[in-house]
Amino acid sequence: MGKYFAKRLGMAVVTIFLVTCVTFLLMNAVPGSPWLSEKTPSEATLAALNAKYGLDKPVIVQLFMYLKNLLHGDFGVSLKMQRNREVLSIILEMFPVSAKVGAIALCWAVLVGVPLGCLAAFKRGKLTDSILRVVCTLGISMPSFVVASVLLVVFAGGALKLFPTIFDASQGWRSYVLPCFSLGFYPMCYTARQTRSAMLDSLNQEYIKTARAKGLKNGKIIFKHALRNALIPVITYLGPQVAFTLCGGFVVESVFSIPGLGRYFVQSIQNRDYPVIMGTTIFLATFIILMNVVVDILYKVADPRISLTKGGD
Amino acid sequence: MSEQNSSQKLLEVKDLHVSFFTPAGEVKAVGGISYDLNYGEVMGVVGESGSGKSVEAYSIIGLLQSPGKVIGGSITFEGQDVLSFSKAEMTAFRGNKVAMIFQNPMTCLNPVYTIGNQLVEALRAHDKNISSKDAEKRAMEMMEMVGINNVEKRMKQYPHEFSGGMRQRVMIAMGLICHPQLLIADEPTTALDVTIQAQILELMKDLQKKTKMGIIFITHNLGVVADICDKVSVMYAGKMVEQGPVDDIFYAPAHPYTEGLLRSMPRVDAESYERLIPIEGTPVDMLNPPEGCPFAPRCEKCMKICLKKMPPYVEVGENHRSACWLRVQERINKEEA
Repeated sequence: MGKYFAKRLGMAVVTIFLVTCVTFLLMNAVPGSPWLSEKTPSEATLAALNAKYGLDKPVIVQLFMYLKNLLHGDFGVSLKMQRNREVLSIILEMFPVSAKVGAIALCWAVLVGVPLGCLAAFKRGKLTDSILRVVCTLGISMPSFVVASVLLVVFAGGALKLFPTIFDASQGWRSYVLPCFSLGFYPMCYTARQTRSAMLDSLNQEYIKTARAKGLKNGKIIFKHALRNALIPVITYLGPQVAFTLCGGFVVESVFSIPGLGRYFVQSIQNRDYPVIMGTTIFLATFIILMNVVVDILYKVADPRISLTKGGD
Repeated sequence: MSEQNSSQKLLEVKDLHVSFFTPAGEVKAVGGISYDLNYGEVMGVVGESGSGKSVEAYSIIGLLQSPGKVIGGSITFEGQDVLSFSKAEMTAFRGNKVAMIFQNPMTCLNPVYTIGNQLVEALRAHDKNISSKDAEKRAMEMMEMVGINNVEKRMKQYPHEFSGGMRQRVMIAMGLICHPQLLIADEPTTALDVTIQAQILELMKDLQKKTKMGIIFITHNLGVVADICDKVSVMYAGKMVEQGPVDDIFYAPAHPYTEGLLRSMPRVDAESYERLIPIEGTPVDMLNPPEGCPFAPRCEKCMKICLKKMPPYVEVGENHRSACWLRVQERINKEEA
C-alpha cells in the first residue's frame, strides 16, 4: 500500500507540473491583457502595472517564477477581479459555495440514477425501460442551461412562484432546489444509463443463476449480487465527475447567479486574470487526481479481486 | 425420512412440454417427457448438446428464462404441483427442497462476496430464524462435509482464492446446506479435469449415501452415468428415447441412439484394433424438427414408418422402455408367435 501511494504521489506531482506549464503557456498565448477595460489606461500606467506584477518579463521567466512561488504555497494575487487579494483565499471562499450545491446535486444524481438503472435493467425491453431510456437520452442531450431555464420558467416564474430565481444562501433550502436539480440532472441520467448497461451484463452472469437457484428474492439478487458487480463503470464515471461538479458548473452558476468557483473561473479567463486562472486550474487538477486515487480505492472495496499494488493503473 | 416413504415417488414428471418462443419461431426444446424419481434414487439424463436435458431440469426448479415456457404436462414434487406455485412459493421451494449445481464452478460463485457469506446466505434464505452464529457454524460443517480443510480461514476467502474443484465442492455444500430432497446436477464435472472429476463424483456418491437425497444427474458422459446412477434417461431432440435401469441401458440398449452413444465411447476392454464409431449426421434442427422419430434421419436401422410417425414407448424389460419402431415390431412378432 505504501509503495502504491508513493507511486501515485510521484505521478501526481508530475501531472500537476505539466498542467501548470501547459496552462501557463497557453494562457499567455491568448491575446489580451488584464488591464483592458473601457477606459484604456495610459502607456505609462500600463508599463508600471506590468512591471509591478512581473508581466514585463519573458513568459518563460514568468513561468519559472510562478513555479517557484507555487512551491512555497504562494498562488499569487488577483490582478483584476479582486485586485491584490490572495488567489488562495478567493478559491477557499468560492469553493464551499459551489461544493455545497455540487454535493447535493451529485447525491441525488447517484441515489436516483443507480436504482433507476437497476430498474431499467431488470425490466429490460418493457415499458418502464423505454420510458427511462427516453428520459435519460433527454437528460444527456439537453444542455444544462435549457434544463435550468425550463425549471426557472415552470417553478420560479409564471403562476408558481415556489422557488427564488436568484440564488441566495441566506434564504435556506429553497435557493438550492432548482440549481441542484439542474446540476444533477445530467449526471443522474448518465449514471442511470451506465448502471443499466453494467447491470444487464452482470444479470447475465452465472452467479445470478446460482443466486436464483438458492431461492433468493429478486431484491437481494439485484441489489446484492448484480449491483456490486456492476459498480465498477459507475465508480469510474463518478470519480472525476465529483471533482467537476463540486468545483461548480459554470452554466448553472451563471443562470442562478451563484457566487461559486465555476462561474468565477470562466470570468477570470474573460478578464485575463492570470493568477486566478492558474490557481483554479491547479486546484481542479489536484482535485481530479485525488478523486482518481479515491476511485482506485473504491474499486478495491467493490471488487476484492482488484489489487492496488500489482500491475499498472 | 422413514423407510415407509423411501419407495414412494419424490418427483413425477408427466408429458412435460417446454418451448422457446424465438423470433425465428417456436423451438420445442422438450416435447413430452415423463419419468418418476423415487426418494434416494439417482437418475442420469444423457444426451448430446441441445437435446433438452438442461431445459427439462430448469423447468423443475422454475429457472426457465424468457422466452422459454412450460406449455404442457405436469411436475409433481412430494405430491405438490410445482407448476402451479406462485412466485413466492417457487422462491421458497428453490434451494430449500430442490437444489441445483451447475456446470462451470469458475463462474457460478459471485466473485465479490466471501465463500462464507454466500453459504450463510443460502441457509438464511430459507431459515429466517437462525442466528448468524449458528448459520456460520452450519456453513463450516457443510464445508468440512464436502472435504474442505481449514474451514475457518476458507470461509473468509473469496472465490478467486479457490481452485475449480474446490469451488465445485463449495457449490455442492451450498446446494446441500438446506437438506434438499432433490439435487439437480447440471453437468457438474464437465468443466473439471479428469482427476478432479473423479473426486467430485466420489464426493457426490458419498453424500448421496449419507443424505439419501434424490439426484438428477445431467451429463453427456456415459462413464459418469455408469459410476453414479441407478437409472438412466436418454434424451434426443427433446424426447426421451430410452429409459431404464443403468445395467440394462449399458448391457441391453433398446434404442439405436443409445447403441450409437455406447459405440462412440471408449472401453477399457476393447481390442486395440477396434475403433470408436461416431454417430453419423448432425443433431436435429429444433426449429424444423422432422416428422416421425427425430433420430430417424441418422438411424442406420431406419424404416419407412420411422420417418412418418413418432413411435410409442414399448416396455422392453422391468422399468425399461424405449421409443423405437423396431421394438414395436418385435413386440408384434412376439404376440403373433
